[in-house]
Amino acid sequence: MYTQALNQADAGSVGREDPAKLERFEARIDAEERIEPNDWMPEAYRRTLVRQISQHAHSEIVGMLPEGNWITRAPSLRRKAALLAKVQDEGGHGLYLYAAAETLGVTREELVEQLLAGRAKYSSIFNYPTLTWADIGAIGWLVDGAAIMNQIPLCRTSYGPYARAMIRICKEESFHQRQGYEIMLTLCRGTREQKAMAQDALNRWWWPALMMFGPPDAESAHTAQSMRWKIKRFTNDALRQQFVDATVPQGHHLGLTFPDPELRYDEATGHWRFGAIDWEEFRRVLAGNGPCNRERIEARRRAHAEGAWVREAALAHAAKRQRRADAQKIAAE
Amino acid sequence: MAERPMPLWEVFIRARTGLAHRHVGSVHAADAEMALQAARDTYTRRGEGLSIWVVPSAAIAASDPADKDMLFEPTASKPYRHPTFYTVPEEVGHM
Repeated sequence: MYTQALNQADAGSVGREDPAKLERFEARIDAEERIEPNDWMPEAYRRTLVRQISQHAHSEIVGMLPEGNWITRAPSLRRKAALLAKVQDEGGHGLYLYAAAETLGVTREELVEQLLAGRAKYSSIFNYPTLTWADIGAIGWLVDGAAIMNQIPLCRTSYGPYARAMIRICKEESFHQRQGYEIMLTLCRGTREQKAMAQDALNRWWWPALMMFGPPDAESAHTAQSMRWKIKRFTNDALRQQFVDATVPQGHHLGLTFPDPELRYDEATGHWRFGAIDWEEFRRVLAGNGPCNRERIEARRRAHAEGAWVREAALAHAAKRQRRADAQKIAAE
Repeated sequence: MAERPMPLWEVFIRARTGLAHRHVGSVHAADAEMALQAARDTYTRRGEGLSIWVVPSAAIAASDPADKDMLFEPTASKPYRHPTFYTVPEEVGHM
């Protein structure tokens, strides 16, 4: 998930595009046609997509860190195998998304460089720490649940390569949420301490999960343009409400309470109404000052630097083999 | 430090169903052997295929979207290429 990029500014230059081309482009969007890599597209559309898709990719990659933290300490082999598979999926999802972004004319190296230099954003949620095993349950249930809510509409997004990547990701991700809920369920049916651990995880992850959908519609200036171009299909607030409505009964089934005294069911509309979100915290985390921002980027930088010799060696080996093959070909001729 | 770019490969997979290899995405790798390995890890984590092709992306020649009408429009006016264009009396039966 992790479409918070859609709320940042940069779609201002539409006026400079060739009006005839722009009109044809928008007619295709209106007709629900998919835009493909070599098709003409407005610069603002391209830039919005590069930013959004690469931020989504970065989020998948950074998202491996909080969970990777628990692989060696999973409580059973079954849980360990599932967590390992989930983290591996996230690596794969990052790669599908980087590949989709590259079809818009940026290179993988540039995208990685933007992340490591701290110029690119990733979802705010991954800057929170995973303190106990219950956090792995809460992440699967809430964070992947929120991600799926956000990603399903993206399967119909107007840019073809992004939509195709999202279809694949959504198919693979439903196990992520179910395994998380299963962890929560097991803890809630366990000892009092285990249930308290699950409650503590819900208390810490609930509000950050709601923030994943991004700022309220009223403050999200670029939602309109992204909706017009069908990059985005539902607003932040609509998706957030959908998530709350789906998740609250699941939490009650676990026998847990939500850390929101204002949470109540509204009979008239059939929606769960929730209290005010602390947007100051959201902005602080997004600006780089969450509990783990520095640690996450530091871990990515270290992994990239420590892998440099492997990439260099692979390229050198391939070049050597190519030279030998060429020499043999010449000799044979 | 500017890294040397890792070559890009397009990945094609034949699913169990016996259909043709189908494009599934791309990977970066130094050579064909590593591209196959990366494609296997990235695109077949759930038994998606029985065979993988990797092709250097730079080796693919593609038609220009701007030529779409010139290339594909002519077939629209050739209904006689389809079986339904021809009349066969009902008593002749299925043909």
